[in-house]
Amino acid sequence: MLHNKSFVKKTKAGKVMKQVREHYLRDDIYCGAPFCKVCDTSAARLSDSASTVLVLDTNVVLNQIDLLENPAIDDVVVLSIVLEEVKNKNMAVYNRIRAICSNSLRKFFVFSNEYHRDTYVKEMSGETKNDRNDRAIRVATQWYQSHLGDAVKVLLITNDKENKRKATEEGIRAETVESYVKSLARSDLLDLVVRPSSEDVDMEEVEDLRPSKRKVIYTEHKPMSEITSGLHRGIYHQGKLRVNRYNPFEAYVGSESIGDEITIYGRTNMNRAFDGDIVAVELLPQDQWREEKSLSIACDEDEDEDEDVHLAPSSADDAPRTIPQQGSIGETNPISSRPSGCVVGIIKRNWHSYCGSLEPMPMPAGSGGVAHALFVSKDRRIPKIRIQTRQLENLLDKRIIVAVDSWDRQSRYPSGHYVRTIGEIGDRDTESEVVLIENDINSRPFSSQVLACLPPLPWSVSSVDLTNPIRQDLRNLRVFSVDPPGCRDIDDALHCTALPNGNFEVGVHIADVTNFVHPGTPLDEEAAQRGTSVYLVERRIDMLPKPLTEDICSLRADVERLAFSVIWEMTPEADILSTKYTKSVIKSSAALSYVEAQARMDDSRLMDPVTTDLRNMNSLAKKMRLRRIEKGALTLASAEVKFQIDTETHDPLDIGMYQIREANQMVEEFMLAANVSVAEQILRSFPSCSLLRRHPTPTREMLEPLLRTAAVIGLHLDVTSSKALADSLDHAVGDDPYFNKLIRILATRCMTQAVYFCSGDLSPPEYHHYGLAAPLYTHFTSPIRRYADVIVHRLLAASLGIFKLPPIFRDRPQLTSISDNLNYRHRNAQMAGRASVELHTLIYFRNRPTDTEARIVKIRSNGFIVFVPKYGIEGPVYLIPRTEKGGGEWYVDEQQQKIKKMDGSLSYSILQPVTIHMEVVEPQPHRPKLQLTLI
Amino acid sequence: MEYVSPEGLRLDGRRPMEMRQIRAEIGAVAKADGSAVFEMGNTKVIAAVYGPREVQNKSQLIGDQALVRCEYSMANFSTGDRRRKQKGDRRSTEISLVIRQTMEACIMTHLMPRSQIDIYVQVLQADGGTRCACINAATLALADAGIPMRDLVTSCSAGYLNSTPLLDLNYVEDSAGGPDVTVGILPKLDKVTLFQMDSKLPIDILDNVMQLAIEGCKAVANYIREILLENTKELEYRRGV
Repeated sequence: MLHNKSFVKKTKAGKVMKQVREHYLRDDIYCGAPFCKVCDTSAARLSDSASTVLVLDTNVVLNQIDLLENPAIDDVVVLSIVLEEVKNKNMAVYNRIRAICSNSLRKFFVFSNEYHRDTYVKEMSGETKNDRNDRAIRVATQWYQSHLGDAVKVLLITNDKENKRKATEEGIRAETVESYVKSLARSDLLDLVVRPSSEDVDMEEVEDLRPSKRKVIYTEHKPMSEITSGLHRGIYHQGKLRVNRYNPFEAYVGSESIGDEITIYGRTNMNRAFDGDIVAVELLPQDQWREEKSLSIACDEDEDEDEDVHLAPSSADDAPRTIPQQGSIGETNPISSRPSGCVVGIIKRNWHSYCGSLEPMPMPAGSGGVAHALFVSKDRRIPKIRIQTRQLENLLDKRIIVAVDSWDRQSRYPSGHYVRTIGEIGDRDTESEVVLIENDINSRPFSSQVLACLPPLPWSVSSVDLTNPIRQDLRNLRVFSVDPPGCRDIDDALHCTALPNGNFEVGVHIADVTNFVHPGTPLDEEAAQRGTSVYLVERRIDMLPKPLTEDICSLRADVERLAFSVIWEMTPEADILSTKYTKSVIKSSAALSYVEAQARMDDSRLMDPVTTDLRNMNSLAKKMRLRRIEKGALTLASAEVKFQIDTETHDPLDIGMYQIREANQMVEEFMLAANVSVAEQILRSFPSCSLLRRHPTPTREMLEPLLRTAAVIGLHLDVTSSKALADSLDHAVGDDPYFNKLIRILATRCMTQAVYFCSGDLSPPEYHHYGLAAPLYTHFTSPIRRYADVIVHRLLAASLGIFKLPPIFRDRPQLTSISDNLNYRHRNAQMAGRASVELHTLIYFRNRPTDTEARIVKIRSNGFIVFVPKYGIEGPVYLIPRTEKGGGEWYVDEQQQKIKKMDGSLSYSILQPVTIHMEVVEPQPHRPKLQLTLI
Repeated sequence: MEYVSPEGLRLDGRRPMEMRQIRAEIGAVAKADGSAVFEMGNTKVIAAVYGPREVQNKSQLIGDQALVRCEYSMANFSTGDRRRKQKGDRRSTEISLVIRQTMEACIMTHLMPRSQIDIYVQVLQADGGTRCACINAATLALADAGIPMRDLVTSCSAGYLNSTPLLDLNYVEDSAGGPDVTVGILPKLDKVTLFQMDSKLPIDILDNVMQLAIEGCKAVANYIREILLENTKELEYRRGV
């Protein structure tokens, strides 16, 4: 069965080395056709009556993956050599083709031609690797044809002309993608076909097609060899390009080699790079380093782009990037000391598919034919994309997904192809779907494999659970939960019992999700992939299937539920004397809402046991909170808003700021304490593989915008430590009641978000959580909606010796990749939540033009940015109409952060309250936006 | 990195439970009392056995049993880069010790008191699993030398990559940094004489991986027995019996 054919390979690992690898050729690799008489058909994937079998060339898989994902393409043989080539060139495409191959609904078969005795080809002398692989594909195609006989047509699909010619010479049927799709006679499929970029096509053809596009717009990318040597010599710098979310003509490249961010202005300098691409940058000569243009709200270049009204950012990660001013405005020749550069080459593309709509255009004559259209992405960082379509009339008023294929030097915009339609523009469901897609959130229903992991319904606590020695019976305790109104996924409950010695026994009971979600099951993998539940204004996308989320794990009132409990003995001064962790069975006696809990505590007539417990807990929580604030925990504020949604139409009825009550703070306090206790416990047992959460200390540069604003209004903020900052924030009280909150909001947005990490990856001082002023912190209290908590539950159970630690914890890189994924998902979930709120704000104001009070938070040369506290939104107000350039009537006082009228009659300064008018306007069709005007 | 493709093939085309091709030859060094060459895929080792003979260093003499000595070395040309390796470095000292202990456990040393047996093994070509190949070669060479043994010792390694137990790791798989379990057994007596592991492995998986390695050892044992039988037949034929 084994045939040993060693072959010689040369690899370059610093130096040239000869390497020898064994390569076993087999005769037990089967063709995958169920009707095959010779082969073992147990693993066959092709259809029973396949009349045509397709063999794909590498370039087809690489470029036409969207087409392959369409179920119309089936009975495909994917050769292992093709997979290998795809893997080397583009990992994302590789993962997608692998997903298709493993999908049981699709008829894609992977044929390991490289290990098959008859289809393995040896490299001939003088033959390039590419030619050998092409030959291997042809040999495999030929083998398939002779193996399956004449009844089946084996078709090689290739867009490589040379390969096609050779195939035809060798008597193999070969077709290009276009001609094959045309033969299927499906016009919607044709839109999915990626057209070869004009650089691949002969020059004459381009001239025929678009003579006007002969002009070269962008400079050529340097060849890879030159880039590598340039990086080596230090003349180029490598980094990830990040486009400014608020100004798509400005991008940053964080470069390790010069330890600073390189700013790139304009599309020409960006040279066809997309957001997220790994690029090589060359610094411009110093006299071309430009002063930052952020002083003006809009930055006009060749496209009309402007700043939109958006939600007020809640942390530095969401906020527009502002860079401290270096030179003053009055200088004649402002030279920035910030390096700026231009992109010379793209090392790795970050192209994926984008959501958006087509730019409105008139129907071309003879509709039904091929039309060229420009696609505008919802994500403003993405340039317009040119696509070809045969169904223009259908697409004009739709949200569609488009993938990018190429961007050559002659065209101003990249070219791409249509992938699929989401729905009508402006429709709430469509726009919500767009929000989900843009944030890479999987909202598909759970698969049957995942649902199969659920316990049988209806589920209740069994006698096995009760007699289990690891599980303590706490049903006799008076446990209750406090949550937002209408909460159905209750993952935490509390109890508080006065002990005879005057101390209190306080317990935090968390839903025992890991009792149902076992490591390595499809359910676990799906949850790990989703990472978190996503809360949109009108819907919730669960991390775990609904029966678990709302029933089995939810700690509802008056039902027995399994829990993981942290129980402290506390003195009346809220000092923790002892901590106990145990799995338990509880029976919640009441599921209160924050409002109810607050009302009970406030109503002095009520003396029932639950209310007494609540009061006891509240007094403990207040002490704990005070102690935490003394240690330097920051009370930060965010402009969170709450919608009231119509139950029938799901349209927003009212919005307002989220109100925080004492009851919220009480629950929060105990959750924080539980998280800290658990973090200590798991780190003690597993110093190198615990999942913790840290909040990096903000650097002085990050706090700069806050300090500048504070300085202008004569406020001194001490930012040397979190304690100092907390104190100075406390002292920042102005004459108006909202002032303090505004300063806190401004402070919050200077900080980055807290992140999950694996304890082995960092040194203990870096574990610190700045915002909470805690040396250790983790997430333990919401396992129903956060996967991090599921991991922590497993760690805690293992540290108590109840369960074995799943093998994944031994694999540090894998743990790191899990925590990276959690951070990514967490962030996306937040972004999606914000986008959903923005969307609903727009829907809300569509029929309700409103006058409201706002605060000026930033001064610009032609206006200012205001923050509307009531609705938590932020947007520009123009004093000078955007069409007029220069203005002249107004000037900006940089030092005072004021904008004044020339004659001195009017001036606006930072943090000043103004009254504005809010209205939804639609300057371009299908692009409604909120406009703020000064009254 | 993907060491086992979803189709169930390893990088070199083997399936997870398959060994590399093995080949053995007896009598490679005419001067020695017993010698053998053993190949597992591209790993090739030569073993030569001298003895039982008079103890060279009298201070090492043991009154009631034979002294077993073992020296492991790697030829300079055995790996891709021709680096001159120092003799007696940490790694080879350790492997020498491992081989000596393993062989000592099966040689009936009490039958040859006051004598010495020298085992020399050299790696001619290294591609992972040299330790196992050396033990197998040494067994053959000892048998060729006619030294009384309780049983043949055979050895094989197994690893655990991409959540799959893999038999007989080659160099690429070995350098993946995953667990590498080396097992040596006495196949007839069904006893384990050598057990080594790099990296960590959960206990239930270790069981599977170890079973796989033992299967490998048994396969090697069958092959070695065949080779010995063939060799004996040839000797028989030459003697004209």
